[in-house]
Amino acid sequence: MKRQAPLIITFLAGFAMILGYFIPHEPFGSLQQILNTWYMVVAAFAMILGVGNLVKLHSAKIRRRSPGFGYSYVLLAGLAAMALFGITRGIEPGTVFYWMWWNMHVPMSSTMFSLLAFFVASASYRAFRARNVEAALLLIAGILVMIGRVPLGDMIWSRFPDVADWIMNVPNAAGQRAILIGIALGVVSTSLRLLLGIERTYLTGD
Amino acid sequence: MRLFLITLSVFCVCAVVSADAQPRSPQIFDLVEPFPSVFPPEQVSARDLPNDAGGSVTVSWRISRSDPEVDAYEILRGQELEGDFSVIGSVEPGTCEFIDTGVSDGVSYFYAVRAVKGEVKSESTPSAEVSSSAQWFNRNRTSMLIALAVFSLLVMWFIYRAKKGVELFIRKISGLEAVDDAIGRATEMGRSVLYIPGIMDMDDIQTIASVVILGRVAKKAAEYDVHLHVPVSKSLVMTTAQEIVKESFSAAGRPDAYNPDNIHYLTDDQFGYAAGVDGIMVRERPATVFLLGAFYAESLILAETGHSVGSIQIAGTAMPAQLPFFVAACDYTLIGEELFAASAYLSKEPLLLGSLKGQDWGKAIFMFLIGAGVILETLGIINLSRFLVTR
Amino acid sequence: MGFADRIREIDRRIIFLVVALAIIIPLLIPIGFPIQVSPSVRDLYNALESLPPGSKILMSFDYGASTYPEIYPMSLALLRHCFRRGVKPIIMGLWPEGIPFAERALQVTVEEEGKVYGEDYANLGFKAGGIVVMQALGRSFEEAFPVDAYGTPLSDIPVMQSVRNYDNVAIVIDFSAGDPGIPAWIMIAQGRFGKPVGGGCTAVSAPQFFPYLQAGQLVGLMGGMKGAAEYETLIRTRDLGSAGMDAQSIAHAVIVLFIVIGNATFFLGRWSSRRNKGTS
Repeated sequence: MKRQAPLIITFLAGFAMILGYFIPHEPFGSLQQILNTWYMVVAAFAMILGVGNLVKLHSAKIRRRSPGFGYSYVLLAGLAAMALFGITRGIEPGTVFYWMWWNMHVPMSSTMFSLLAFFVASASYRAFRARNVEAALLLIAGILVMIGRVPLGDMIWSRFPDVADWIMNVPNAAGQRAILIGIALGVVSTSLRLLLGIERTYLTGD
Repeated sequence: MRLFLITLSVFCVCAVVSADAQPRSPQIFDLVEPFPSVFPPEQVSARDLPNDAGGSVTVSWRISRSDPEVDAYEILRGQELEGDFSVIGSVEPGTCEFIDTGVSDGVSYFYAVRAVKGEVKSESTPSAEVSSSAQWFNRNRTSMLIALAVFSLLVMWFIYRAKKGVELFIRKISGLEAVDDAIGRATEMGRSVLYIPGIMDMDDIQTIASVVILGRVAKKAAEYDVHLHVPVSKSLVMTTAQEIVKESFSAAGRPDAYNPDNIHYLTDDQFGYAAGVDGIMVRERPATVFLLGAFYAESLILAETGHSVGSIQIAGTAMPAQLPFFVAACDYTLIGEELFAASAYLSKEPLLLGSLKGQDWGKAIFMFLIGAGVILETLGIINLSRFLVTR
Repeated sequence: MGFADRIREIDRRIIFLVVALAIIIPLLIPIGFPIQVSPSVRDLYNALESLPPGSKILMSFDYGASTYPEIYPMSLALLRHCFRRGVKPIIMGLWPEGIPFAERALQVTVEEEGKVYGEDYANLGFKAGGIVVMQALGRSFEEAFPVDAYGTPLSDIPVMQSVRNYDNVAIVIDFSAGDPGIPAWIMIAQGRFGKPVGGGCTAVSAPQFFPYLQAGQLVGLMGGMKGAAEYETLIRTRDLGSAGMDAQSIAHAVIVLFIVIGNATFFLGRWSSRRNKGTS
């Protein structure tokens, strides 16, 4: 029963969602929304588990004086400060939470995102080698799009942006659509396997 | 004589004055009403909104001849043709349809539409009687039902054939062939295996596909006695992954080697998670990194950092925008549906392989439909594409 | 190790340094490359330009801190355009981080254009639920947002009094960095309720929306900081988007140069090893 119960629940929940898609009449029509809402509530409470796990691990690191335990102090202090100020003083503009969010979280997130510029450069340098015909095509297309998508490209040749647009709108869009069709079929196939209990690894590990 | 002329003059004057005073005989322009300053909307019709759960009526009308100058259209509803109508909404000029979602099923209603210009309002004649109802099947999705049925039958058929022992050919997928060797590499080097199941939650099918593969990787890691580290971005993924890894270690006969602290939560924040994983990579220098699941912009940051520490990287995602980054930075990449095929491919179980074959045949049918659709559309026959569109 | 090998195996930190200089120097010393407007941005501009003054549009801020540098300039440009046309934006967010960014953009543009809250624009705030909220807006804005971001009932806000649902807004604009985002708005607002949808997104996400542009499901799209710069060109206001274009141009050129150098050393190395094999 320990293995059958989750499979039955999975089947019923999945079947309910499918029914909700095809049958607008109540109670089926609102099944999707209800189950999605239940899921959001469960996920929100599960966040407590995550935070608990984080606190437990880093407290243990501090206790054991593991390498880098100083950063665990920083993590726990940041977690406590944001939570405390947010809950007690609110999160509107003008509060301490808002100040920390604007002046610490936003710059740090933007900085991490901006690392992409550097990593794109190093990845391109390493990976864009014309080892064979396909790699050469990728290389040429990449260069044309990179130059065509900035004002410099228009300055070099007025048709560069059109070439870049054509590459993005025709072969790129065609390839993306083909991949998306394959993905959609993969999703349906995987979902069927899960609903019918053919795929059970997520429950049992085997 | 003088008296007669005076009398005649008086009579003529009186006749003229009274002619002005008395109503004139009706003339053509008296029979016609003056032009209204605002013309009313015309041909107001109302029908039950199809393919819904009831409670909705669509009201349509032909816009007023004064439309460019109209301020708005007011929609009125009443339950009796001769009874009171009340305003239930208004729309911008130029609009010719309104969906009323405030009705009760089975109750009869009448609608009228009024053109408004300043203080002047001009109302249409009421519509015919209408009542809303809920439908048991959304006909706009018929093509989807047929596709689902056909696809499911295909998958069932090939699973049946696989059960019968028919050998099913599946092409080689290099990324999946390399999984065992990648874990073996970690054993030889005495370093860990880092598994990143993406940044989405358990409601994303890619995450489910990823944790399924995690089960198989965990079993191999237990057999090879390799340290497996799984930092996650979502709490539900953490609990699921912990259960799976625990069961996999037990299945491999190594329940003692399982440590729940190896599968831990970092943060829900996208780039906070990327920073945390990068830190783990730089400190631990894993021999093997698996990047399987749903990723967004952090994909290249993770992949490049993994490359910089000398790890062998096997990535897989169904996010088309991230595939180029993984292809450029990783040793092996599972593209789109290969991620969903991984579980079947690694296990070699006939039931799972059968579903893969069904999926492939489904793709073949789609390719045929695309080709047929292109030819038909070119010839101006749009029935097929119209049928296939769902709402 | 030969010269070609040294170049091929160059420390990536040198690449990072050169890229950093390629970005910083043009920011400090602007060059002023002319910006050509792409069709998708022009279509979005025309969609707003064609609206009569007094029209209401729905603007959803669905992005976070990491994509703020790319998407915030777009929102500034679009808000300026709206206010100058007399179009009244109704602001909302499906991402919690989106609303503070919206408020910052409003702070700047409202002061510039002399607009009044409640008369010229409204801020409904953040609502969790993604697609559920989008569907609720189709029935009634008050159902999804009983009060605005400041606790005022919608019925007390002048600009919201004639807005019941999607029927009363001319277009939906979504500033999107992920999910829920543009695909969801297309599915619900455009697909179910027939409302035109336009958008702004990160440069890396823009290609995935081209099929929607081609199919007419999106009326226009701004992609990345370049999209913002193009829109600024159309409204004749140079701001954050345009300022970044010089740096982006030089950085792209530097990356292309690195690729060319990398390939040159690769072929040089191959030719040299073939030559050595031939002579040995």
